[in-house]
Amino acid sequence: MPTTGHTIKAFDQDLDRLRASIAEMGGLAEAAIAGAMRALIDRDVNAANAVIENDARLDALEAEVERQAVQVIALRAPMANDLREVVAALKIAGVVERMGDYAKNIAKRVHAIEPGADLQPLSLLPEMARITGDMVRMVLEAFIRRDPEQATQVSERDRAVDDFYNSIFRTLLTFMMERPQSITAATHLLFVAKNLERIGDHATNVAEMVYFAATGTHLAEREKGGDPARG
Amino acid sequence: MNSMTDTVAATPLRNDAAAKMTAREVSVFYGAKKAVDSVSIDISQDNVTAFIGPSGCGKSTFLRTLNRMNDTIANARVEGQIVLDGEDIYAPAMDVVQLRARVGMVFQKPNPFPKSIYENVAYGPRIHGLADGRAQMDEIVERSLKRAGLWEEVKDRLQDSGTALSGGQQQRLCIARAIAVDPEVILMDEPCSALDPIATARIEELIHELRGRYAIVIVTHNMQQAARVSQRTAFFHLGSLVEYGETSEIFTNPRVERTKDYITGRYG
Repeated sequence: MPTTGHTIKAFDQDLDRLRASIAEMGGLAEAAIAGAMRALIDRDVNAANAVIENDARLDALEAEVERQAVQVIALRAPMANDLREVVAALKIAGVVERMGDYAKNIAKRVHAIEPGADLQPLSLLPEMARITGDMVRMVLEAFIRRDPEQATQVSERDRAVDDFYNSIFRTLLTFMMERPQSITAATHLLFVAKNLERIGDHATNVAEMVYFAATGTHLAEREKGGDPARG
Repeated sequence: MNSMTDTVAATPLRNDAAAKMTAREVSVFYGAKKAVDSVSIDISQDNVTAFIGPSGCGKSTFLRTLNRMNDTIANARVEGQIVLDGEDIYAPAMDVVQLRARVGMVFQKPNPFPKSIYENVAYGPRIHGLADGRAQMDEIVERSLKRAGLWEEVKDRLQDSGTALSGGQQQRLCIARAIAVDPEVILMDEPCSALDPIATARIEELIHELRGRYAIVIVTHNMQQAARVSQRTAFFHLGSLVEYGETSEIFTNPRVERTKDYITGRYG
């Protein structure tokens, strides 16, 4: 919640530019998640390749955010909430870049799944991907608007993602036991679900960074959703 | 921001067990105009305290109440109480000359006497009768110049004029002069504003070295300097003490909206 602009207006422009770069990264990550899922459902190798190729944009933007943040620190000596925001931008860029890697990993699996494989358990994954994509969009909106309330809401939604993951895990396990010939494909789907679950966790971490940047206090540590693989 | 207010924050460091000086509800008037409005603050023995705030906020005026420099201004009047080690410094029995030896001051512009380097440092101890003979005076001069980080540069030319030194050296000479009378508190009013960055860095390093031996209070316009040299920061605005706290907190997470606007460059 900026009260007034800085006396030096170029400082505001620098911060706006930094936020715009983060917003662009968020848009690309969200599109990569949706695109990878679409490619998976449609078994569309070309669409999957497009997702993989687009990841280079995210990597380049991460480097750009780092350059901008270092420049703001060196030239503007940001203080208090400004400093917290620049540090958050630096960290968030790294996390969003990781999200893009997870989406790319999902896209790569489109190649690995045989065209004729029976993928009945796929039905839950699109909804899980939709929620994770929403979280990514919402948390970056929260950063752009410096909105700690919305950051809190995002961190609360992670529980739904964890529940989806647990449910998909059990479904796939049952599926594999019943149809051993589907183990390869089902394992790929399990990794897809795991990737989405990781993206949700990362969005939650970003929510914590956004909350701290906006308020100067830490978001109360939430109870972590259980991972069935860890017992 | 949810926890931010525009009211004066409680000053959490008020009842400091290691307080060297305490001010309670101190107001300063220039004629009818109130320049400082009911400031209460504890000055820590072991920390460097920085006073920051825009021009005219009362920080320098308040600083000068701490050794009664405002007494020299004809229409200035001070209300409230200031205590140094349990003694009310505005009590009628207080010897002001003695007080200013205990609470020394370094000014914005280096102001050495037009005398030798040696005499600049020896003057205070001499009028306060601190040295018993030439040898002891030599010792005081050497020790003071060493503590002020100037000895190595001037030891071979102690009889040269103090005004022949560079600006940064002159300021360190003034610090040596303040130290020579063995003060308890050193007040610095914008000590680096007339110095280049290298000379500034030397003074800042010196402040760091002197910390603990003397209670140090520095008024500065340069917020980066406050952040670099102090452990406590007090933000003044329109004559009031708005916020006082750990420097690391004030510069990363100020509690009061006005402080935040000032230190982030949104003031005005």
